[in-house]
Amino acid sequence: MNDKKLLEVKDLHVSFFTPVGEVKAVGGISYDLGYNEVMGIVGESGSGKSVEAYSIIGLLQSPGKVTGGEVLFEGRNVLEFSNKEMQAFRGNEISMIFQNPMTCLNPVYTVGDQLIEAVCCHESIGKDEAKRRALEMLTMVGINNVEQRFNQYPHELSGGMRQRVMIAMGLICHPKLLIADEPTTALDVTIQAQILELMKDLQQKTQMSIVFITHNLGVVAEICDRVSVMYAGRIVEQGKVDDIFYNPHHPYTMGLLRSMPNIEETRHEKLIPIDGTPVDMLNPPAGCPFGPRCEFCMNICLRENPPLIQVSEGHRASCWLYVEQAQIACERGEEIE
Amino acid sequence: MSDNPNNNNLIEIINLKKYFPIKTGFIKKSNVQAVEDVSFTIRKGETLGLVGESGCGKTTLGRTIIRLHQPTSGQIFYGGTDITHVNMMPYRRKMQIIFQDPSASLNPRMTVGEIVGEALEIHKLCNSKKDYTDRIHSLLSQVGLNTEHANRFPHEFSGGQQQRIGIARAISVEPEFIVCDEPISALDVSIQSQIVNMLEEMQSTLGLTYLFIAHDISVVRHISNRIGVMYLGNMVELAESFELSRHALHPYTQTLLSAVPVPDPKLSRNRKRIVLEGDIPSPLNPPTGCRFHTRCPYAMPICSELIPEFKEVEKDHFVACHLMDK
Repeated sequence: MNDKKLLEVKDLHVSFFTPVGEVKAVGGISYDLGYNEVMGIVGESGSGKSVEAYSIIGLLQSPGKVTGGEVLFEGRNVLEFSNKEMQAFRGNEISMIFQNPMTCLNPVYTVGDQLIEAVCCHESIGKDEAKRRALEMLTMVGINNVEQRFNQYPHELSGGMRQRVMIAMGLICHPKLLIADEPTTALDVTIQAQILELMKDLQQKTQMSIVFITHNLGVVAEICDRVSVMYAGRIVEQGKVDDIFYNPHHPYTMGLLRSMPNIEETRHEKLIPIDGTPVDMLNPPAGCPFGPRCEFCMNICLRENPPLIQVSEGHRASCWLYVEQAQIACERGEEIE
Repeated sequence: MSDNPNNNNLIEIINLKKYFPIKTGFIKKSNVQAVEDVSFTIRKGETLGLVGESGCGKTTLGRTIIRLHQPTSGQIFYGGTDITHVNMMPYRRKMQIIFQDPSASLNPRMTVGEIVGEALEIHKLCNSKKDYTDRIHSLLSQVGLNTEHANRFPHEFSGGQQQRIGIARAISVEPEFIVCDEPISALDVSIQSQIVNMLEEMQSTLGLTYLFIAHDISVVRHISNRIGVMYLGNMVELAESFELSRHALHPYTQTLLSAVPVPDPKLSRNRKRIVLEGDIPSPLNPPTGCRFHTRCPYAMPICSELIPEFKEVEKDHFVACHLMDK
């Protein structure tokens, strides 16, 4: 893989300061992303996957606050950007598409106006040139009758069409990194298939990197090169997509994969669910957040949070089960048993 | 299909239609054809899955069967009796529903005990106060909640637990038939399988019959004995669930199956996918003939003229498509 990294997230902490206490939404995650690479971030609702993305692009809103760590984009720390630098950075070099395209498009402006606004904010070009770019972009995302669509309002378009407009808007300034926050969750399966095909196609054409946030493992298998599995604000497992799906190491990943119905099943097999309920982020358990639900839970799991252990090349899991194998913390060997 | 009372059909639907009138202009009115001429049967003790995209009428169909909506025309038979126009009170004890959004379907001002016990009072199923609390406690433990949860309010629970409350409410009157209207789509992946397993266990212990509505065909295939596929108010295919997934005959079912992302990277890389053009047409003004012809990759001239008949092409495999006549 390419040594030069586009994005490096180092030990990022994000907290929400609510009246009932501090919620550590993201508790120290690290990952990197190369050029022309698609990284999937999977997790349940409340696992911190969106919050993490919002911090990268500087859209985190109060009471949310980054409390530690670094986000390096081509070596520059994004978290230290001034407002002006952030404005130049956002849209030009990094861009985001959201889950619900209806609430993210402005209902009182036409699709065309919004696209032109996006270009004119970042580049000093004339209106005509901007319009040409917008039309070209709409064609690229597979919209027919672009001239007519250009003058329509978001409510006149279907859900899939709106998501295409969102993608066009995100890509109009040719960003190097696109953050896609559950872009297909609100869509029907046949439309989801269309959008996924489009995103794969555009990724190959433009060579941009994508951080693809989703809770759907099927979507991950389809579009991602690498995957980070998040649970309760931490990355519990990270690796190439094949490693995660065919050789999962963290009990949570294993549980998730096992709990899904097998598409190849020819007779009825019982599903194996993950027991228990998701973590209450206001009172997270001590030690490993997955400990209380884990079938392999040991004493140490309830006391200390496990480090991220390399289990094979480019494949890491945060679990005490592998600490011994990795021959780290040998002296703790007896304690683990 | 006939209404022969000695077969083991619990529910029989004949030519059911449900239109919703809406205003489209100052005086002009038109109908949303949510369910258009659907006929099928549900057998005693089985799970019939219903899949389709949003707006295809699957929820309306489910609600019309238990007469939460009055059908525009057609007949509904329950255990051989026509219930299309009768007083539903005695049948409400036999037919229940679990709703999609657990937080919206529980009254926020009632405690869990009151929610679960309300139907017991309405149907006068308890003789004494003690019997009433005992019943509530046993219902809660049946769905995996603690007895002390009876005094709490719905907002104190997580989504999965709220759905369990909804299930406890549905089974409180000891029904024979439950419409499960997307009971798991609002839940997290790790919780979905818990609820699916619980529904399956309850089915075997209580002898329930389910109509399981969902848009996720992989879950429906897992839980159902038979699956019906709906498109724009029509049922286009109905077959035994593994038969349907291996040997789908209707082009729409084939697309739907191929559109589902599979959690298997190698398989999804090598898979050929049928991607449909365009969006689902409006049910206000549906296409003529076969409603799928505007998006169908195999559309023929006849498809836009004649409505295909929903007929049995193989044993227990019903399809509505002109391709079957060739």
